[in-house]
Amino acid sequence: MPECSSTRSVPAVRFDGVSRYFGDVRAVDNVSLDIFDGEFFSLLGPSGSGKTTCLRLIAGFDQPTSGTIRLHGQDVAGLPPYERDVNTVFQDYALFPHMTVGGNIAYGLMIKKVPGPERVARVAEILDLVRMSGMAARKPAQLSGGQRQRVALARALVNHPRVLLLDEPLGALDLKLRQQMQIELKAIQEQIGITFIYVTHDQEEALTMSDRLAVFNHGRVEQVGAPADVYEHPSTDFVAGFVGVSNVVTGEAARAITGSPQSFTVRPEKIVLRDAGAAVADGWCTALGRISEVIYLGAHTRFQVELEVGGALVVTQQNVETTSMDVQAAQGRRVRLVWQRSHNRPVLTGTS
Amino acid sequence: MTATLSARTVGSPAGLSRRLSTYLYRRPTLALVLLLTPPLLYLGVIYLGSLAALLVQSFFSLDGFTGQVVRKLTLATYRDLLTRANLDIIMRTTVMAAVVTVTAAILAFPVSFYMARYAAPRTKAFLYLAVLLPLWSSYLVRVYSWKLILAKEGILNWSVTRLGLEDALQWLLGLPGIGGPSLSVSLLGMFLVYVYVWLPYMILPIEAALERVPESYLEASGDLGARPQQTFRRVILPLVFPGVVAGSIFTFSLTLGDFIVPYALGNSALFIGQAVLAHQGTAGNIPLAAAFTVVPMLIMAVYLAAAKRLGAFDAL
Repeated sequence: MPECSSTRSVPAVRFDGVSRYFGDVRAVDNVSLDIFDGEFFSLLGPSGSGKTTCLRLIAGFDQPTSGTIRLHGQDVAGLPPYERDVNTVFQDYALFPHMTVGGNIAYGLMIKKVPGPERVARVAEILDLVRMSGMAARKPAQLSGGQRQRVALARALVNHPRVLLLDEPLGALDLKLRQQMQIELKAIQEQIGITFIYVTHDQEEALTMSDRLAVFNHGRVEQVGAPADVYEHPSTDFVAGFVGVSNVVTGEAARAITGSPQSFTVRPEKIVLRDAGAAVADGWCTALGRISEVIYLGAHTRFQVELEVGGALVVTQQNVETTSMDVQAAQGRRVRLVWQRSHNRPVLTGTS
Repeated sequence: MTATLSARTVGSPAGLSRRLSTYLYRRPTLALVLLLTPPLLYLGVIYLGSLAALLVQSFFSLDGFTGQVVRKLTLATYRDLLTRANLDIIMRTTVMAAVVTVTAAILAFPVSFYMARYAAPRTKAFLYLAVLLPLWSSYLVRVYSWKLILAKEGILNWSVTRLGLEDALQWLLGLPGIGGPSLSVSLLGMFLVYVYVWLPYMILPIEAALERVPESYLEASGDLGARPQQTFRRVILPLVFPGVVAGSIFTFSLTLGDFIVPYALGNSALFIGQAVLAHQGTAGNIPLAAAFTVVPMLIMAVYLAAAKRLGAFDAL
């Protein structure tokens, strides 16, 4: 696994060979990971890949079977959640229904015996930050999904944790609201400058918000890196397929195109469709194929192309001048695919 | 299409029931009226009727010379009710009901908590059965079995003696008011039996209330810095309190109205249930018996009002 080189001294969270087994199931399998102070770090992966278990291990709701977790250098083995300087935004928000919004947000401060006037001031300040001023007297049942989400965020942030854990917090919101909240969350994180650890199965969300992300599969970390890094340089065929569209060329097809049997991936938007007879410039890869499927997506079109050397590639093309009618007419056409050789990324196969 | 379909099935029984279903589906108010008429008739006539009869009876009085009920509204019976001896009965019964309720709640909570949060499905099914099983056998049989257990020659006394705790038991039985010659003839023994017979009515509502508290609330509370006892006081208890109140309504009112346990295990100190029985049976003083019966209802009304004021139903 690639270690990220950094000059920052003590990581906010360090996983060192951490495993968590549930009976025979290896929910988390020998994960080593550094998350730095002030980072927006995403744990990305399909359901059951171990990302939520990792979050629960950091929060202290669960203990690792083996390995050590350090929070700001301190080994937290056996430390219960209420003695850890982290707070969580839960997937179902977990707002206390018998308390008002203000009561929910003040809960952590009340437990820590923060004096009344300061408590009121901090609740007002944090409500302002999440743009919920004036809602303190409402009950959670009177709020919309998006508002509950903001209250859950405020309830965690008001305690000034050094690390904030977010467990798919936008999962229950509709697309528009989700996109708006993504931007807001990122803005809040930059404003207060604490570490956010964000669990999601939505690759777009992870790419949009994260400074760095870790891609999980079967309890293991497949790749850690900045979004552009993971997207442009996927290290395994699983990452290539999970972050973006899988376009992995293997074996004989790879040899026919590049001259080497090394599997590689190429992003769909890097590939250009040409007429079958078009000439190919130096430094470009090419393959002949037939368009087997056309999916018109408004702004762009996705073509599935069956290669004559075997396998298939997905190609996306901006609908700059073409219309829905034009692209549908391409169905079944024999085409030449070309892309710059430098866009080929060698990947390890068989990990998914 | 619907037309051809129904035309084809008209006449057959299936067609008729389908048309009836459709007819009622499109008239939900009529369907509701049809569903609710039988229970409302039953409740309205028999339940409310008898309750009204009871109330009216309590405002009649008994002619001391003839022994006949005078059917004229008066407060005389309530004046009789408020004598020193009767107030003692009411007080004794209420205190017993309160102590039984509190004890049952304290005993029921851990059991319910284990059932709702920790027990595996099979263990939970077993515990449900174990809690409900005693309710399948006759209440009378169970009370008399307890009389045998608590008797001077019974197994409890024997065990206590073997453990060398005889003096402690004798000291308990020597306490004025709650003691007696043996556990089987004392308020202490009654208390033990009441807690036993009403405990399931406390466990089940508390367990149901605990089931409705998601695990994430407890995790969130811990995450925000609360130790388990703080989480219990601030999150679990307020959310489960309606369940505790529901259970306590059972234990409290069942104790207030019961006459078998005091009859089997009590001494000369009467309870409300016994007084009702005595007045309406042997003494033939139906008005006073009715007035006695009104007392538990008033106590329950006061109790529920107090629970509401305390916010017991806020989380509902």
